[in-house]
Amino acid sequence: MNRYSVFGLMRGALGGQKHWQPAWRDPEPRASYDVVIIGGGGHGLATAYYLAKVHGVRNVAVLEKSWIGGGNTGRNTTLVRSNYRLAPLHNLFDFGLKMWEHLSDELNYNVMFSPRGAMFLGHSDADMTMLAQRGDALRCDGIDAELLTRDEVAKVEPLIDMSRTARFPIEGALMQPRGGTARHDAVAWGYARAADVLGVDIIQKCEVTGFVRDGADGSGAVVGVETTRGRIGAGRVGICVAGHSGQVAGLAGLKLPIESQTLQAVVTEGVKPMVNSSVMSQSLHCYVSQSDKGGIVMGGDPDNWPSYARRGQPTVIETAIAQTIAIMPALSRLRMLRTWSGVTDMSFDGAPIIGPTPVRNLFINGGWCYGGFKATPASGWTYAHTLATGAAHPLNAPFALDRFVRGATVDETGVGPMPNHR
Amino acid sequence: MYLIDCPHCGPRAQLEFTYERTMDSIAPAGADPQEAMRVLYSRANPMGADDEVWRHTYGCRAWLVLTRNRMTHSIDAVRAVGPETLA
Ligand SMILES: Cc1cc2nc3c(=O)[nH]c(=O)nc-3n(C[C@H](O)[C@H](O)[C@H](O)COP(=O)(O)OP(=O)(O)OC[C@H]3O[C@@H](n4cnc5c(N)ncnc54)[C@H](O)[C@@H]3O)c2cc1C
Ligand SMILES: [Zn+2]
Repeated sequence: MNRYSVFGLMRGALGGQKHWQPAWRDPEPRASYDVVIIGGGGHGLATAYYLAKVHGVRNVAVLEKSWIGGGNTGRNTTLVRSNYRLAPLHNLFDFGLKMWEHLSDELNYNVMFSPRGAMFLGHSDADMTMLAQRGDALRCDGIDAELLTRDEVAKVEPLIDMSRTARFPIEGALMQPRGGTARHDAVAWGYARAADVLGVDIIQKCEVTGFVRDGADGSGAVVGVETTRGRIGAGRVGICVAGHSGQVAGLAGLKLPIESQTLQAVVTEGVKPMVNSSVMSQSLHCYVSQSDKGGIVMGGDPDNWPSYARRGQPTVIETAIAQTIAIMPALSRLRMLRTWSGVTDMSFDGAPIIGPTPVRNLFINGGWCYGGFKATPASGWTYAHTLATGAAHPLNAPFALDRFVRGATVDETGVGPMPNHR
Repeated sequence: MYLIDCPHCGPRAQLEFTYERTMDSIAPAGADPQEAMRVLYSRANPMGADDEVWRHTYGCRAWLVLTRNRMTHSIDAVRAVGPETLA
């Protein structure tokens, strides 16, 4: 592989930059692989990379129905943080956050991780109590969390309306200084290129349309997949398709604790730096950050009913924008560049599902809801462990599929089996 | 946004309605706890039509069953919920 470096760039300049190679091969599918991963988003590609790198499993294919990174990976608003309330969640996400800090070096690809701080606003005494409680839980596990006063919030974000007549008064905030943003496409491309070098076949325009099963009645172990590019044999198969988890698992006759919903986002024209951190309000339902290109990125709640259409309801995104503008009135002067949406895999306790399914040799990684981008490295690392060994990784053990019938949900917000109320 | 034809009130804006759950995730009364958990916590989640329970929350507050397509968002049927619907 052509390692990317500043010297390579300089050498290339002398030769008219004609040295560039495709970042990964475009191979024909082989007859079979040790591991087939369905879905070429960040999670699937990271899984393939760590399978090859950490576990020496290199006979691996990633099958992507369209182009890699074109799903939620390329549609998300790139907030990266680990400040969840419950230990199984913050331990998994913080393992990931530590990986983000070195990911560009690890992949020899600039994922533009920018730890500019992730700030949850508190609008009332009750909010501040909740945030303090969460901060304590985090610090007990060695994760950074700082309770900010009103004045400290104003220092981080001078454009927040701090007046006592503000529509949403600010009482303080909980700040995670190590949180931030990253470049979504680069994460998919970086993992793809690094996995390809280790021998992983990345096969695009290859949709999985069925499973090949053992046994006379076709209900035994999975031994391969049917695809739009023919049948491909597999030792183990890992589903990693985010919003399409229910549909793909359905091909194996499984019903999941997952519902697919639309999540929207919006970006404005690019402007000079005006939002310094990522600002979130969980009492309202909105968040905002500024991309490195200058666009103000905003988002809020999912459309709270099932859909695979990737067409958002205007009233939902309007609510998120209205709340954000109430917090930062200066944003009202900006022009909207575009809105878009993705199909999110809303799980019934709001936490991911990683591990085996009732079908032998078939594994699942999904249910990341609206928050899985930040977990990409940790998800790949732990899912690779599970696919290589057949066993749970200590960090993904709490997220087994059977936790729902065992009554062992990981319910961050305490809502119960209501994916539409998260 | 689309219109939902409430059997009691006629066509109303979707914003008056709330989605609750799917018909295939209602545990039968008297199901044993293990079975009830399994049904409550799993759905077919098809990429096409499904039967869904909605409520006309900001209208007549009645429960409804919609047959709705998750790709096209078209609503093929709206039924009032009564004992006969759940039978
Ligand atoms: C608008 C929006 C904002 C978000 N904001 C954030 C955020 O700020 N922070 C955060 O942490 N998370 C965020 N998320 C969530 C995050 O994007 C996802 O959890 C994460 O990117 C999922 O990655 P993935 O690799 O699992 O899925 P994807 O990137 O969706 O990859 C799955 C792939 O599977 C492919 N596929 C599907 N079916 C098949 C098939 N049958 N055969 C072959 N391939 C198939 C798809 O084409 C797709 O490319 C957001 C999501 C959305 C939609
Ligand atoms: Zn009505």
